[in-house]
Amino acid sequence: MTTAPTDTTASAAFEASLQQFVGLEIGVVAVAPDEVNVPMVRHWCEAMGDTNPVYLDASAAAASVHGGLVAPPTMLQAWVMRPFGQGRDESESNPYSQLTNAVESNGFTSVVATNCEQTYDRYLRPGDHLTMRTVIDSVSGEKTTGLGTGHFITTRQDYFDAAGERVGSMLFRILKFRPAPKPAPAAPKPLRPRPSLTFDHLFWFEGLKQGKLLIQRCAECGVLRHPAAPMCRECRSLAWDTIEAGGRGRIHSFVVVHYPQIPSIEYPNQVVLVDLDEGVRVVANTVDTNAEQLVIGAAVQLEVRMCDDDLSLPFFKVVQS
Amino acid sequence: MNSLHDADVNVGDQIAPLVLPLTRSLIVATALASRDYQDVHHDPTLAQQKGSQDIFMNILTTNGLIGRYITDWAGPESIIKNVSIRLGVPNYAGDTMTITGTVTSKQDGQIVVGVVGANSMGNHVTGTVTLMLGATGQGDTK
Repeated sequence: MTTAPTDTTASAAFEASLQQFVGLEIGVVAVAPDEVNVPMVRHWCEAMGDTNPVYLDASAAAASVHGGLVAPPTMLQAWVMRPFGQGRDESESNPYSQLTNAVESNGFTSVVATNCEQTYDRYLRPGDHLTMRTVIDSVSGEKTTGLGTGHFITTRQDYFDAAGERVGSMLFRILKFRPAPKPAPAAPKPLRPRPSLTFDHLFWFEGLKQGKLLIQRCAECGVLRHPAAPMCRECRSLAWDTIEAGGRGRIHSFVVVHYPQIPSIEYPNQVVLVDLDEGVRVVANTVDTNAEQLVIGAAVQLEVRMCDDDLSLPFFKVVQS
Repeated sequence: MNSLHDADVNVGDQIAPLVLPLTRSLIVATALASRDYQDVHHDPTLAQQKGSQDIFMNILTTNGLIGRYITDWAGPESIIKNVSIRLGVPNYAGDTMTITGTVTSKQDGQIVVGVVGANSMGNHVTGTVTLMLGATGQGDTK
């Protein structure tokens, strides 16, 4: 026996609840604060750069198809705009508030205006006094858009003159949507693997942090050794000190590692085994060295670089010998 | 200003582009002339706090500029019946919008012009304007 998943039922109930708002009138009838008037038309035409003479040139307008001055038709909405400082009616009794609250409580919290369709029954003339009624025209089902998933809400504003005749109408559509998840910000580049530090080679990494490549030296017989070790392989002394490498050497061997790639390493990952002039061998990566330069016997120069706050490493660059 | 008549216009005709530098002054002047006092159309600080890069043009102005573009072309004898627009990227201050138009239909005395207003980010507006052209030999304001 199967039952419908609860979320589908809830979703269907939500979708159905939205349709209850269709056809409801929003708020009170808006009354234009001023009649259609030439000064406001002049401001509009100046700002828009509109030089159509039927809007401001009385004699040209009288001789035109309009027979007198008219207002720009696209100015329709401007006559009933809310006064400065007056917000939207967001009272609970306003069906539009109820609709947007319902939509927002389901996660569709963002808004964008998508469409505006104005129809002009007639051009307005100075002296026309407009009123405007707003009705919820339609609410779409859930739609997936480039911005995210959401519902289109369309309102219709009908504009009437003093005689009650409709002079124009506007469909205004918004999308209330749940923003599409933004792509995760690029993760910071991971750090190079940490060396496992012991007393025996801690000095080597500490030296690098100061920009020095240190070579361990037997305090008894003076033989150099690398990598670091607790005892001299020649005289078995446990006493040691260090010298700083001069930084010059030659490539004894090399390998270019292609796979597997480690996120913290730059590729191509050129690994060189360098014979330092002091006589010990060091494994390191190259810097500023291309594949053609990577030749056994090539002279190299040390560059100690800081990989991150806690790690500096030796790198080698092929140079003219 | 000459007015076009039905005989002057054919489907496929292209209207000369209107290139509009979207100065801060234009954005603010048009917002106020259309009585749109929303802060995102005049206050850069508040606009940025709300996630926009700058102040941007309001929708009434987009409509107004399209109306102007059409009657600049069709002349004072034309009568606009409908402006239907779809909104795209914002018209931010500092950008430039170029409006272009093509006659897409001519039927029963009504002309439909497809319009596009594009800025550096893409299409700010796409839409259609339905209008009637002046009757031949009537009321030209030549």
